[in-house]
Amino acid sequence: MAVGKITFTKTEREKLAEVLWLLNWISVVTGAILFGLGLFLKIEIQKWQEVMSEQGILYVPHMLITTGLAACGINYLGSKICLDCADTNKFLRWKLVMMPYIVCTFFFTACVLAGALMCYSVRSQLEESLYLGLRNTMRFYKDTDTPGRCYLKKTLDLLQIQFQCCGNADYRDWFQIQWVSNRYLDMTDSAVVDRVRSNVDGKYLMDSVPFSCCSTLSSRPCIQHNLSNPAAHAHYDEQSQQLNLWRRGCQQALLDHYTGIMQSIGLTVLLIWLFEVLLVLTGVRYLQTAMENVIRLGDPESESEGWILENSLAETACYNFNIIKNLGKCYQVDDDPNINVPTAAADREVPSHQVRVNVAS
Amino acid sequence: MALLKMKFSQQRRVRLAQGLWLLSWLAVTCGAFIFCLGVYIKIELLRRDEVMENTEIHVVPNLLMMVGLASIGANWVASRVCQDSLDPSRFPRWNVILLVWFAVATLLCCLLLAVVVLSYALQGRLEESLKVGLRNGIRFYKDTDVPGRCFQKETIDRLQMEFRCCGNNNFKDWFEVQWVSNRYLDFTSQEVKDRIRSNVDGRYLLDGVPFSCCNPVSPRPCLQYQLTDSRAHYNYEYQSEELNLYSRGCRQALTDYYMGLMNSTGPGVLSVILIQVSVILSMRYLQTAVEGAMALEAPEGESEGYILEKGVKETYADIREKVNNLLKFGQVDPASEDAGAEEGEKAAEAMEKAATPPPAS
Repeated sequence: MAVGKITFTKTEREKLAEVLWLLNWISVVTGAILFGLGLFLKIEIQKWQEVMSEQGILYVPHMLITTGLAACGINYLGSKICLDCADTNKFLRWKLVMMPYIVCTFFFTACVLAGALMCYSVRSQLEESLYLGLRNTMRFYKDTDTPGRCYLKKTLDLLQIQFQCCGNADYRDWFQIQWVSNRYLDMTDSAVVDRVRSNVDGKYLMDSVPFSCCSTLSSRPCIQHNLSNPAAHAHYDEQSQQLNLWRRGCQQALLDHYTGIMQSIGLTVLLIWLFEVLLVLTGVRYLQTAMENVIRLGDPESESEGWILENSLAETACYNFNIIKNLGKCYQVDDDPNINVPTAAADREVPSHQVRVNVAS
Repeated sequence: MALLKMKFSQQRRVRLAQGLWLLSWLAVTCGAFIFCLGVYIKIELLRRDEVMENTEIHVVPNLLMMVGLASIGANWVASRVCQDSLDPSRFPRWNVILLVWFAVATLLCCLLLAVVVLSYALQGRLEESLKVGLRNGIRFYKDTDVPGRCFQKETIDRLQMEFRCCGNNNFKDWFEVQWVSNRYLDFTSQEVKDRIRSNVDGRYLLDGVPFSCCNPVSPRPCLQYQLTDSRAHYNYEYQSEELNLYSRGCRQALTDYYMGLMNSTGPGVLSVILIQVSVILSMRYLQTAVEGAMALEAPEGESEGYILEKGVKETYADIREKVNNLLKFGQVDPASEDAGAEEGEKAAEAMEKAATPPPAS
């Protein structure tokens, strides 16, 4: 019992071929959109790649880019095939290519789905990567004279200004690292020496934050130093403290930013996948089976049937499973009557005696 | 001797009408482009409205918007004229409208040219407006509790961070203004009292700048206070420190930004002027060629097209005479009365002569 059997007349077949030609061209456009989305995501990630500890999440845009390019190519070929399918004679040219083409379409559609799901599943990896990356960047904030790290101060300052965030989880992260380089510390000053000595690792820690943590919404000039001691500042009440610095952590800010982008991209890719599967893939499969049946029947003008699967799902699964099961058995003995299988009777084999053949001269 | 006379066969007239129709639609698109340009520049100017004292510079985008709309209308009329141009029954009704059209189109070209000139000429006025606006913004920076001025702090902070500038001319403008509100000063502190007393107006002036002047590119954490005192900070030399704060003044930064914006639109506007001029010239040729063809006995034959019927000097003399006659219309002149009587006799003779030949023919 075939799955999804539909009968097609000649005109219906031609119409199907034309519609599929158009759908394939639309798929080329959606493939280009996929490519564009992947490129956009790659650029967005690379903008702030210095605050990420590893570039692992780049596999998501790379997958989208390759799938987009593959989609463009396969659907361009598909449009050529479908255009020729309207005519039975031209279809014969493509007969052998049809099955591989459908298999390729199926695979790249699966890749599109995988790309969409990746967009949603990458959040935890991104979170980890941002946490580690920001921690390292904050640690190397002061190393503006070390090659390879000299731009981290500028990057982190610009990040905090643009995303309106401070520190990793919040502004207190800055209290735990030394963000003022020793080059700018007067080691002869007793206050400095005391601070350095009071710390186990000999780091100069303060309860201050860099200027980029300052909020523009505050109604008073920014207070950056002596933050743990509100009494040190005139009229520094609770409301002033709330507005003074950015309250959000940069890990959260960046995570929200990228999750937002990837959710919209994931939604678009899912819609493209639905379009591909429901319209293009099923349409092409119907066209292929209908054309093959026409050739089998021999009469180009007659009606033919198209289906998605020749037998029911269970039978197709069994059939394919048997093929896989018997794959390795091609060199083994089987029921071929031409092969001489030694039976039990052969043990009692009588030694052959010479057979005299009279050669008639 | 007509100016720039050209011969037009029927086919050339048809080609001219078709080409002009396409050109006038192109000019409609250009008009839409000019309008959008005007809207964009206006929005950019309105965004920084708070630091500009007057709106004189707004004449540039206002003119662009007006000219854009008028040009869309005028060129649409031109395309309608082209459609009717080769139909002898419909073309004559456009005669008067064409006179008006030429005047309007020439006026539009002149206005566009004026816009290009103005965008250079108004630079000085823009700088003046910015100077006063920024000075007020810096003065009212501390007044976050005064209605009508409470937004100045946020505006100036965002402006300085976005345009990477500090103060009006440079960062020293902040030394002359009290930018810390009295609400946040501890009047019991000796340091505060000394500073206020040392100033004639009783203002709390300090050699410090707000956090938004800090340059993220600087290798050391930002120094905001005690900037003129080289001994206040370790390893700091006031005269030679360049990267700590933004060195550019905001007036210069904003002027450069707006001048850059308006200059980059210069080539676009000039090419639109060129297109409009070619539409005017082609329309004149079409009008004269079609009128010449309609006056011929064989409408399909060759006719002449020109820009001016007589040469430039003769046309100018003609126009001058017409204007003089118009001006003399109300005057009573004894010399011209006799001349008028003579002319009247001559006119009567001419009319008699004209009356006699027809019966003879």
